[in-house]
Amino acid sequence: MFEAIAFYLFAFLTIVMFYITVTTSQALYALTALAAGMIFISAFFFILGADFLGAVQIVVYSGAVMALYAFGMMFFDTTREVKEKQGNKYIVVGLSALSAILVVAIFAAPMVSENITAIYPVVDGIGNTQAVGMVLFTKYLVPFEVAAIMLLVAMIAGIVLAGKKMDRSLTTMEEDEIKTLREKNIKVHS
Amino acid sequence: METAYLIETVIKIVVILLIFSALAGIGTYFERKILAFMQRRLGPMNVGPFGLLQVAADGIKLFTKEDIIPTNVVANVFKIAPVITAATAFMAAAAIPFLPSFTLFGYEVHPIVADINIGILYILGIMGVGLYGPLLGGMASANKFSLLSAARGAAVFISYEVVTGLSILAPIMMVGSLSLIDFNNYQSGGITSWLVWSQPVAFVLFWIAAFAETGRTPFHLIANDHEIIDGFGTEYSGMRWGLFFIGEYANMFFISFVIPLLFLGGYGDGSFLGAIGLLAKVAFFFFFFLWTRAAWPDIRPDQLMWLCWKVLMPIAVLNILITAIVMM
Repeated sequence: MFEAIAFYLFAFLTIVMFYITVTTSQALYALTALAAGMIFISAFFFILGADFLGAVQIVVYSGAVMALYAFGMMFFDTTREVKEKQGNKYIVVGLSALSAILVVAIFAAPMVSENITAIYPVVDGIGNTQAVGMVLFTKYLVPFEVAAIMLLVAMIAGIVLAGKKMDRSLTTMEEDEIKTLREKNIKVHS
Repeated sequence: METAYLIETVIKIVVILLIFSALAGIGTYFERKILAFMQRRLGPMNVGPFGLLQVAADGIKLFTKEDIIPTNVVANVFKIAPVITAATAFMAAAAIPFLPSFTLFGYEVHPIVADINIGILYILGIMGVGLYGPLLGGMASANKFSLLSAARGAAVFISYEVVTGLSILAPIMMVGSLSLIDFNNYQSGGITSWLVWSQPVAFVLFWIAAFAETGRTPFHLIANDHEIIDGFGTEYSGMRWGLFFIGEYANMFFISFVIPLLFLGGYGDGSFLGAIGLLAKVAFFFFFFLWTRAAWPDIRPDQLMWLCWKVLMPIAVLNILITAIVMM
């Protein structure tokens, strides 16, 4: 019974949060509601007994991804309301029809799922984390390694893009040095 | 059975909330007294014996002060931000075993709210979420100094989360579990089996990162001390400002519990002496937070980033590599 109560509570909260995210014209509300919604989603993982995925959901989405959004928002005046351009009305109609079809498909999916069997059944006596590790390093080894290489590429690209002239810092320079640099028209990171 | 479990959990939550909100208040008293003695002052003296009732006086002041919401702020987010700080601090406490399990009136009590298998990951995740308090508070405040300190605080939190996560990875590899109780049992064989002897580098790195995660003095950049302004809390007044404080002090206490549980044997074999030992270690780590504040100045933001990305993170990665090679 408690599981059902928890499920409906968190389902309601999640939907409310994402509804606020989509409809509000205040950027800070959208950011806060999205972060809260991400945390409430992790509750479903905890209810289903997938503790590891629940914690990872919190760490990755709320801790990392949303924090990057927040960094981006630092450059706007977040206390002002955003005026949205009202685009084509047909796009709204099309998107709502598409999402309605998706909802029907999601609810209808259990009908075809009865003859599905698990190729990697649950092993008794090991925890959640170990189970994720085993699947990750057997069935999904190639996607896992490809993702690792993509992350490495992104990291190196980030360093190359941002790392120019990183050895000079305005904070540690003397006034004269800064003046001569300005005269020579050399840009320096603060 | 299920109802009994629910009642037990609710009682535990209430007890932890009450104890640690009270401790946060008393923590401010300790901080003032210890800082005062280290600086050859007397600290709070006039309210009650040894100034002990200063905490109550502060509480009365905070609760009765007018709760000002300035114009131009984003009111709802502004109001919610201090609650996020306090709430995430206490949410992290759910996975901390505060004492060994003991028997009370013939009923076995486990002093941990939720004994999940991934305790450390959960605690780190929730502490990461704790960054939203200062961040949203600063961004909603319509004050440039608040915004600056929020940006700086967010940068510090995100950077040092990397160090925390990487430094803790090596001990996790040795223990083979993410549960704090498993960590404790791994080290229950006396002082020689403590993880700090086999993982001294990870211990020091985690300890340094703890100062950044709680925003304590050498890394106290979330308040703009050099601009003589209180950072993201500038626009706050009354109990909302107090909630930021409760969150910070609760975080300090909880991280003081996590460090001994991870590296210094925790409550050992679960005896009464072990429990007292854990509390003594917690007291030492809390005292160390205050000691550092009295002894060291704040460092510059660029030095902080340099320390994180060019010193601590490479050391943490090397530590993981060496641990892995030795374990093979």
